[in-house]
Amino acid sequence: MTTTQEKDALAELGEFIAEVMQREYPHSHLIAVLHKAQALYGYLPTEVMNEVAVRMGIPTAHIWGVATFYHYFNLNPPGKHTISVCLGTACYVKGAGAILQRIKDELKIDFGQVTEDGMFSLQPARCLGACGLAPVVMIDDTIHGDLTADKMMELLETYRKGSED
Amino acid sequence: MAAKYVITLCDGTKCINNGAHRVRAALDEQLRAHGLTDQVRINLSGCLGMCEKGPIMVVNPGYVIYGGLDESDVERIVTEHLVGGKLIGDLEVEQDHLYNRFYRIFGDVGFFGKQMRIALRNCGIINPENIDDYLSLRGYEALGKALTEMSPADIVAEVQRSGLRGRGGAGFPTGLKWKLTAAEKATPKYVICNADEGDPGAFMDRSAIEGDPHTVVEGMALGAYAVGAERGVVYIRAEYPLAIKRITKAIEDARAHGFLGERILGSDFNFDIEIRLGAGAFVCGEETALIHSIEGARGMPRPRPPYPSVQGLFGKPTLINNVETWANIPVIIMDGATWFSTVGTETSKGTKVFALAGKVVNTGLVEVPMGTTLREIIYDIGGGLPGGRKFKAVQTGGPSGGCLPERCLDTPIDYESLAKAGSIMGSGGMIVIDEDSCMVDIARFFLEFTQNESCGKCTPCREGTKRMLEILTRITEGKGRAGDIEKLQRLGETIKKASLCGLGQSAPNPVLSTIENFREEYEEHIEQGKCRAGACKALIRFEILQMCKGCGVCRKVCPVGAITGQAKHLHVIDQDKCVRCGLCFEKCKFDAIVKV
Ligand SMILES: Cc1cc2nc3c(=O)[nH]c(=O)nc-3n(C[C@H](O)[C@H](O)[C@H](O)COP(=O)(O)O)c2cc1C
Ligand code: FES
Repeated sequence: MTTTQEKDALAELGEFIAEVMQREYPHSHLIAVLHKAQALYGYLPTEVMNEVAVRMGIPTAHIWGVATFYHYFNLNPPGKHTISVCLGTACYVKGAGAILQRIKDELKIDFGQVTEDGMFSLQPARCLGACGLAPVVMIDDTIHGDLTADKMMELLETYRKGSED
Repeated sequence: MAAKYVITLCDGTKCINNGAHRVRAALDEQLRAHGLTDQVRINLSGCLGMCEKGPIMVVNPGYVIYGGLDESDVERIVTEHLVGGKLIGDLEVEQDHLYNRFYRIFGDVGFFGKQMRIALRNCGIINPENIDDYLSLRGYEALGKALTEMSPADIVAEVQRSGLRGRGGAGFPTGLKWKLTAAEKATPKYVICNADEGDPGAFMDRSAIEGDPHTVVEGMALGAYAVGAERGVVYIRAEYPLAIKRITKAIEDARAHGFLGERILGSDFNFDIEIRLGAGAFVCGEETALIHSIEGARGMPRPRPPYPSVQGLFGKPTLINNVETWANIPVIIMDGATWFSTVGTETSKGTKVFALAGKVVNTGLVEVPMGTTLREIIYDIGGGLPGGRKFKAVQTGGPSGGCLPERCLDTPIDYESLAKAGSIMGSGGMIVIDEDSCMVDIARFFLEFTQNESCGKCTPCREGTKRMLEILTRITEGKGRAGDIEKLQRLGETIKKASLCGLGQSAPNPVLSTIENFREEYEEHIEQGKCRAGACKALIRFEILQMCKGCGVCRKVCPVGAITGQAKHLHVIDQDKCVRCGLCFEKCKFDAIVKV
């Protein structure tokens, strides 16, 4: 990320914080602020959380507490593509476990980690509401259903190729 | 020949008690007598919600509903309506219940035949992003009626009389909760819509909001008026972007039309709603944790009392209900508690939405009257298991619920019956499980989830679930010991009694219910090192049979090089190297590899 982009992101976040600080119970909007920060940066960098602490007047420890409590927040930069494997009950009984194992074997990463080439990061998902298509994996914002371990491998290949072009 | 008429006979319990089967017999006889058997098709349906007028018959085309029938009326229907083409006014049932519209569009589809849609009455019918669509189906009529004709106390009384109970899981009587909140003096008060939908395998609330967001907005406005609140919050999972977009638009449109904001519809009632996003923590569905999360903190529950109705959001009296609970409110106010309470059973009124999934042919959302049996949902609506597979269990209530075996399939859906059978109603997840799944592994799956989601505040839940998970994992790895089952039961009972919030109090349920109903599977794992479903990796082995053609496919796909052999010769698996991924088994074209 270039510095100008970072400056823009910080300016936008700052504006958002300034706006919520005008509202009633401003500190109750901390989670909304963290959502905004993650949308801007892709994750929650430590410096950004420190900045939020200063601007909202909330102790950094509290912000860390909140950021680490909720699964939605990433403290590390994600890969180029995020793979979310649905581990909801419907997907589980239809074999999500085997697919997950193949992904882990193939990419040599676990949940919350990024591949060495920075291409993929892996995270668990709860029901994606596509149980009719179970088992389901979401890559970035696209849902892929009726998967098998083999189809999953083909998908990874497509994403790898897609990124080369 | 295509049928000229389609007649739907209600086959619900109350219609049967009122003589629906006699009516059916008379109809068959009359059709035969008039030589109409070929021209009339007869369907049976689940409860149509007009029980007080039963037996009910619907004649299509025309959607003419006849009620209160006996044998002699049937003859008139056949001669005057089917033959003569005239409607019989004195037998017709006056009906303008909203959910009927759904049936006029979808009623002839088998999947919907046994359903009854109250909460989801508009889903799939209206454009959820267009407030005019909602208005054209009596949208905001209940709010108008409430503000002009009813006092807040009238509304509370009506909701109490309807017998509605919370759809978020616990089934607390909604009217009573409203009454308690209304009685509080402190202001401002809040109403909250719980759209955190935690059950991993369920999506009722998301679909309800995506399909008909205004119903939730209207329900909340009615609740706010009833308890004297001026502010509302929808707490919704960040993982539901489309639902968030639609509820946001619905709130804006409602505001623009004067259904939210100051002096709503010219009354002196002020109310507005804001949206707060969750961030992926199961425990935040618990009401006190949810409130902490809205306040910007870690979503940790706290002991109750004080209940949120006394001390809730920002320390003020707060009314919190689930999405589906809210969606029922406008109908109750519009069509009255008397009508609503005709649907369902003695203790559980109305309908319940389920997200039907797993090993079943038709997956999706189903809304059925309380009292429908599990069998009707799975086989009549769900179409049974695919490919003739054998039913093993049905899981309801997600991580707080249980697994019920075949002998419980005739359990009617209501809060008490499901609890008695060893599960819970829960928020509406319903997963069908077949023989490919190992019940010990399913129990381990749910416990892994709750253990991971335990917020860590209280020891029984934090430590207890961890110990239970260790034991279960050990059993699935073939290292179970004598006494493990009893230890799980003892731990489970203690955790249920001693935990701070509903998460811990219900976390052992999947384990306890599988021990209760599938104890033999636990025993097989522990005593014989056997997993009958072939799901526990440590307990299975792959072997290559003599019939191996030596094609070499298995050798090539094996990720750990455990298979050796020369071309055109028998191959062998090195059991010490094998990681039991099953790839060779899947890939063998000659079925020469077996799982034992
Ligand atoms: C661990 C846990 C998770 C819960 N998750 C949800 C949920 O996702 N949605 C919900 O409406 N209620 C959930 N509840 C129930 C709420 O605490 C609360 O009872 C409910 O929102 C009240 O609304 P109702 O009376 O309309 O059901 C959960 C409870 C517990 C203990
Ligand atoms: S459980 Fe995976 S999409 Fe529902």
